[in-house]
Amino acid sequence: MSKKRDAKKIVYESARDFPQMPMSQGSMLWNKTGSWRNIRPEIHLEKCTQCGICWKFCPDMSIVIENEFPAVDYDYCKGCGICAEECPMKCIVMVEERK
Amino acid sequence: MRKVIMGNHALSYGAMLSRTQVISAYPITPQTQVVELLSEMCADGTLQAKFIKVESEHSAMAACIGASIAGARTFTATSAQGLALMHELLHWASGGRLPIVMGDINRAMAPGWSIWTDQNDSLSQRDTGWMQFYVSSNQEVIDTTIQAFKIAETIGIPAMVVLDAFALSHTYEVVDIPEQDKVDAYLPPYKPYARLTPDAPCAFDGLTGPEHYFELRYKLQKDMEKVPALFDKTGREFEKIFGRRLEAVEPYLCDDAEIILVTSGTAGFTARVAVDEMRKEGIKIGNLRIRMFRPFPFDDVRRILAKASKIAVLDRNISYGYHGIFCQEVKSALNGSGSSAPVFGFIAGLGGRDIKAASFREIVDIVRRQDKPAEEINWIGVKK
Amino acid sequence: MSKQKKMTLTLPTEELVGSGNLACQGCGANLALRYVLKAFGKRTAICIPACCWAVIDGPFPYSCLGIPVYHCAFETAASTATGVKAGLEMIGDTETQVIAWAGDGGTFDIGIQSLSAAAERNDDILYVCYDNEAYMNTGIQRSSATPTGAWTTTTPVKFPKDQPKKDIDAIMAAHRIPYQATASIAYPEDLYKKAVKAKNIRGTKFIHVLAPCPTGWKSRPEDAVKLARLAVQTSYFPLYEVEDGEKYTLNFKIQNKKPIEEYLKLQGRFRHLQPEAIAAVQAEVDRNWDRLLKKVTAR
Repeated sequence: MSKKRDAKKIVYESARDFPQMPMSQGSMLWNKTGSWRNIRPEIHLEKCTQCGICWKFCPDMSIVIENEFPAVDYDYCKGCGICAEECPMKCIVMVEERK
Repeated sequence: MRKVIMGNHALSYGAMLSRTQVISAYPITPQTQVVELLSEMCADGTLQAKFIKVESEHSAMAACIGASIAGARTFTATSAQGLALMHELLHWASGGRLPIVMGDINRAMAPGWSIWTDQNDSLSQRDTGWMQFYVSSNQEVIDTTIQAFKIAETIGIPAMVVLDAFALSHTYEVVDIPEQDKVDAYLPPYKPYARLTPDAPCAFDGLTGPEHYFELRYKLQKDMEKVPALFDKTGREFEKIFGRRLEAVEPYLCDDAEIILVTSGTAGFTARVAVDEMRKEGIKIGNLRIRMFRPFPFDDVRRILAKASKIAVLDRNISYGYHGIFCQEVKSALNGSGSSAPVFGFIAGLGGRDIKAASFREIVDIVRRQDKPAEEINWIGVKK
Repeated sequence: MSKQKKMTLTLPTEELVGSGNLACQGCGANLALRYVLKAFGKRTAICIPACCWAVIDGPFPYSCLGIPVYHCAFETAASTATGVKAGLEMIGDTETQVIAWAGDGGTFDIGIQSLSAAAERNDDILYVCYDNEAYMNTGIQRSSATPTGAWTTTTPVKFPKDQPKKDIDAIMAAHRIPYQATASIAYPEDLYKKAVKAKNIRGTKFIHVLAPCPTGWKSRPEDAVKLARLAVQTSYFPLYEVEDGEKYTLNFKIQNKKPIEEYLKLQGRFRHLQPEAIAAVQAEVDRNWDRLLKKVTAR
């Protein structure tokens, strides 16, 4: 299981807490864009040839490498379907997102 | 070292002695000598700085902003149309809290196409969040530039040093040019609040929603309000090292004055000549020259004008549909301060028309004749 | 399925673009920056003017990027980047490289003046234009990068864009900068190689990346890479490099060009095009290709 990514949301209680200039030091990892999906990719590893194409073409860095195989990080995957479209072995299938 | 130099070169010396690291400027009459001398200083190594020869004033300010957020001390100079072209980025520099120092040579806004002096160009930018200092002598140009860097970098707000076109920019005066080691003692190297560095990556000036914008701007105003005290403190430090002190306002014979003139720029010095003449005739008159205009020196203005019976503000500018800008601001500062003195507004010298000591005679005659202003605006020197 | 075999990775694995950013599903611009930053690495500062990426990065007080970012005014990507580079060098940091990262609007239109000036001065920056062919951030208005016949909100179907796409690459070549290239997100290794080349050249570098936008092109999100590939395969967006404004190198010699219709039919913004209009687009693509070939063989 790869490291779970996350970040804290920043809350400023008063003007004193703000930086002097509009300076962003927080990470966007708190924003779990996985909630944007209607469809989700499922990788059928038995057909995977480890070509790296799905990892390469994911616009949201949501295909991570686990034990030399691709795995979907469902926290962030927006369900665009590029991985399924580009996979040369057609081992990624887009299925309806579970409610 | 005492030298006879023009106002524009005084700006160049100020920027050079302040060890500016990046200059980005575009030529415009009557600013050109500022950047020409700085170019030479960069070329012969007198000043260790990069001079970016940009293609417009908008890019000049953009490059200054970039250099400043990278952590360098930056300077530019411009005038009228150039300043107007930078307008969007003036907001960027102040909202971005970058201590850029800029010389503005007050030049009338076109059309009619003019290269001569009036104050509309800089005053049109008074809401942008920049400090504004109006100077009246070449000595003040050089001293204010150095002090401006110190204040700007301490508080994180950009500053404009404003001088009259030709009347000051091209006028030669004796200037005591400070020694570099003394300036170094006064103005240490720039230590930014934050900068672009891969060692601490962050993003600056990103999309800011209603839940955050207000506090950031509140902080800008609160820090602006600290400037008068900072001006005072840095002014005293300046005096300790250089023997000269600049104050936010310069009152001249105001203590017992019944009529007080309020002036700025070179007209502020001309006013002193007129005041001396009229004092000889027994008229109890004084002159209040405003040097720090943003932030507005409320306390000084209220205190000095408190005992005047009549106040006459001379504006070398106008906010169309209203009246002179210094006049507006003096009136609003006095509102509720307990002063009941009528404030007379005078507009003179637009587009570089000369303001002479005699102009002040005319002003004082009008003031003495009227108990309270008969007109919102009294025009001096216009062929009506 | 051999557990001993390593995954084939044609690019470095470090990610400097983070997940959780605000890009649309299937955003080509997201991929473009991901690839360029793999080439440039951590010691990079980036200037982003108003464009999709100004929003994608995330609002104050967050950023999705692992490098320092300066969000600058719309027309100032190149001038701000020039200033940043000068400032960094003056404070003693000669290592950190500076990228100006702008969309087509901020490059072809409002930003062209400051870009031209930076190129003329040969300032040491990499300027990347990620081209999604319209002002997408403000809701799909036409720019001078919008191709002939495309629908946008300001070139509605009854009056689509009737001017050709501005040839920004020819304009940049006229500045005789040391290096420029076109790229496509469908060819990441090619873009990566070009970014690495740019990183090692001192002076102004320009990379023009085609970054399909499903939202603005009215195409399926999953087709983003396919469209970027078809654009090259039809020679609509050829991949080439230019050095010093003179030496043209074609990166992909296309033997059998695919008909432009294959590219157009996947995009809703071209749905209204009648056969004559499509033929006109094909003719324009062919003319542009011939013009480019002449430059390639000119030496």
